[in-house]
Amino acid sequence: MKRVEVLKTYKLYIDGKFPRTESGRFYKVLNKAKEPIANVCLSSRKDVRNAVQSARKAQGSWQERTAFNRGQVLYRIAEMLEGRRAQFVEELMLENSTKKEAQMEVDNSIDRIVYYAGWCDKFNQVASSVNPVSSSHFNFSSYEPMGVIGIMAVQSSGLLGLVSMLMPVIAGGNSCVIIASEDKPLCAVTLAEVLNSSDVPGGVVNILTGHIDELWSPLSSHMDVNGISLDVRNKYVTKVQLASVDNLKRVRAYSNDFSLMQEQGIQFITDFQELKTTWHPIEKIGGASNSY
Amino acid sequence: MSTKNNAWEYADSIENASHINLRKQYDLYIDGKWVKPSSNKYFSSSNPHDEKHIADVSEANEEDVDLAVQAAEKAYELWSKISAAERGKYIFRIARLMQEQARELAVIESLDSGKPIREARDIDIPLACNHFFYYAGWADKLEYAFPNQHKKSLGVAGQIIPWNFPLLMAAWKIAPALATGNTVVLKPAETTSLTALKLAEIIEASGIPPGVVNIVTGFGDTGAAIVAHPKVSKIAFTGSTAVGKLIQKTIAGSNKRATLELGGKSANIIFGDAPIDQAVEGIINGIFFNQGHVCCAGSRLFVEESVAEKVIRKLKHRMQSLQVGNPLDKNTDVGAINSKEQLKIINRYIDIGIKEGSEFFQTDCAIPTEGYYCRPTLFINVAQSSILAQEEIFGPVLTIQTFRTVDEVIQKANNSPYGLAAGVWTDKGSKIFNLTSKLKAGVVWANTYNKFDPSSPFGGYKESGFGREGGLHGLGAYLK
Repeated sequence: MKRVEVLKTYKLYIDGKFPRTESGRFYKVLNKAKEPIANVCLSSRKDVRNAVQSARKAQGSWQERTAFNRGQVLYRIAEMLEGRRAQFVEELMLENSTKKEAQMEVDNSIDRIVYYAGWCDKFNQVASSVNPVSSSHFNFSSYEPMGVIGIMAVQSSGLLGLVSMLMPVIAGGNSCVIIASEDKPLCAVTLAEVLNSSDVPGGVVNILTGHIDELWSPLSSHMDVNGISLDVRNKYVTKVQLASVDNLKRVRAYSNDFSLMQEQGIQFITDFQELKTTWHPIEKIGGASNSY
Repeated sequence: MSTKNNAWEYADSIENASHINLRKQYDLYIDGKWVKPSSNKYFSSSNPHDEKHIADVSEANEEDVDLAVQAAEKAYELWSKISAAERGKYIFRIARLMQEQARELAVIESLDSGKPIREARDIDIPLACNHFFYYAGWADKLEYAFPNQHKKSLGVAGQIIPWNFPLLMAAWKIAPALATGNTVVLKPAETTSLTALKLAEIIEASGIPPGVVNIVTGFGDTGAAIVAHPKVSKIAFTGSTAVGKLIQKTIAGSNKRATLELGGKSANIIFGDAPIDQAVEGIINGIFFNQGHVCCAGSRLFVEESVAEKVIRKLKHRMQSLQVGNPLDKNTDVGAINSKEQLKIINRYIDIGIKEGSEFFQTDCAIPTEGYYCRPTLFINVAQSSILAQEEIFGPVLTIQTFRTVDEVIQKANNSPYGLAAGVWTDKGSKIFNLTSKLKAGVVWANTYNKFDPSSPFGGYKESGFGREGGLHGLGAYLK
């Protein structure tokens, strides 16, 4: 007799745990032939709030990790993803990619994670400045994470799109709440399992699945979210911008095609950083000049 | 003698204003020409010291703004193709012409805005000149600023500036926009248009192609017309958080970019181990500089409990020697409040503070009987929840709270929707860096306050706005 396969339950990822949606609802993910391939959680407004709360709680200590350590954690994500590549390929194929496309998407995703892992302890060195002010002060500007970032993942790319938006955000010390691609959520949920086994502290990344129609509003109007990353093709861009005004969230609407290898760079990190300038007087007493 | 107080008396030392050259009536500066406003409406710019009329200024409407934007759009085709080195040379020229006219600009600034001549002369005008000088040199070096990012200019920048640092804010806006190859439509604040119009004359004299810089004067409607104009690619705004949010709403769904420099309620934190006399000077400079009309003013003072009594005693003593009076008097420390409306707002907050019952202190100095004046004011032991500790007053009013631990003061300082600036006073370096890295503010002054420089990026966290002005990073706001 044929063995009965154990099917996976796709759950949310909040605060380093895998809860079901508090609403108890689900939706069916369909393949190209309109056949159901999985039941996925249909998150609610309350799930968004829980996720933001967990992201806020985790953000401070993630920011305080050394940049080097964040780089190691991100690299560990790439290692874990490499080890589970077959599962991602399979899921991408279920979500209508050809085998070749799926393999390439997984390869590129792993490489992109490694790319941003390397940036963690370099972007601030490259983008900061010491400012030669005309007074007796030492003055420098450097970047700090913005805080909690809401990511509405690209719809068309279940893994690479998500990774391209997520990695620069956490490389820079932010925490985040992700709304996964509605039609292609499987890799997002599986990525949560990868994150959970790769030393990423619980709460730094929170992943929700569900209808963007329902979730854009609670996320972009949440007063404890500092920035929003989304695809410019998202039909809610204008509404998200309007909802973000109340606490002046920084909204980045990307038109980039993240499947291209060149669509990565330091600017995706600094997009979710705040520049801080610090001044301190330099004591000038006595007559010693600056000479040998 | 217009000013008396119980500590010091000085003979008047009024800056000579006879050398200034102002027109009776200013038209709009559009496409390199002086153009009458289509409505033919003018409004008066007056001196807040004695409410006397200085000059008439045009009120630009939608039609005038459209004309200015069209001129800027046409000029962009030329300006964005001109060699970067030549572009820089025009900006250098503007800087030099401003330096040559610095004294005249300082006097007009003081007359029109109410700020002490000492500040206009030593801070506003030199910084404005230096800002042009700094950004001029960037024009042909942009590829060094953001390597591998292939940045390009945006097009027409619509710029709206406030009345607290009129010429300096014009420089902060125009200089980086031009250096990056954009063209400009700038609107000064309605109470302080004159130095921007003098700058238009300087820009005209610089020989820069017509339409590259257009200056339109008017009220909020004029600014709204700039923000809403479909051919404007970039909005740079300095002003209140409320208007900043309105701008964000207006441009939602468009491709317009924005930088917003908005309000603040910045914490100035004094630890027990700080050099107390220097810290007191820093408190004074933090809140009474420019009558407290400073977005980054250190308007919330936090003093460590062990030294609170001493700091407050010394602060009161030092405040008594502040000279409040005629802005043109070289002895004046605190000049006139910029407008009647602003004085009303400040007095309303003072009334609220008195009603709330926190300890209230004002200096004894005599203030001029006419004009708009406010005595330096303290509210002591203010509750964190008080409106006075929450809202931006934009005047010479300081709230004082005390604290016991580092964590407590960080939490209190960050407990504000604003995040523009902060000050920290302590003798201990490691404590400074603990504080500076935890305060959510775009500018942190350690053992100093209210220092500015063209090479130093300025701008806020949270609801104090976004984007930076000044320094290398200020270029980013005008490039894509």
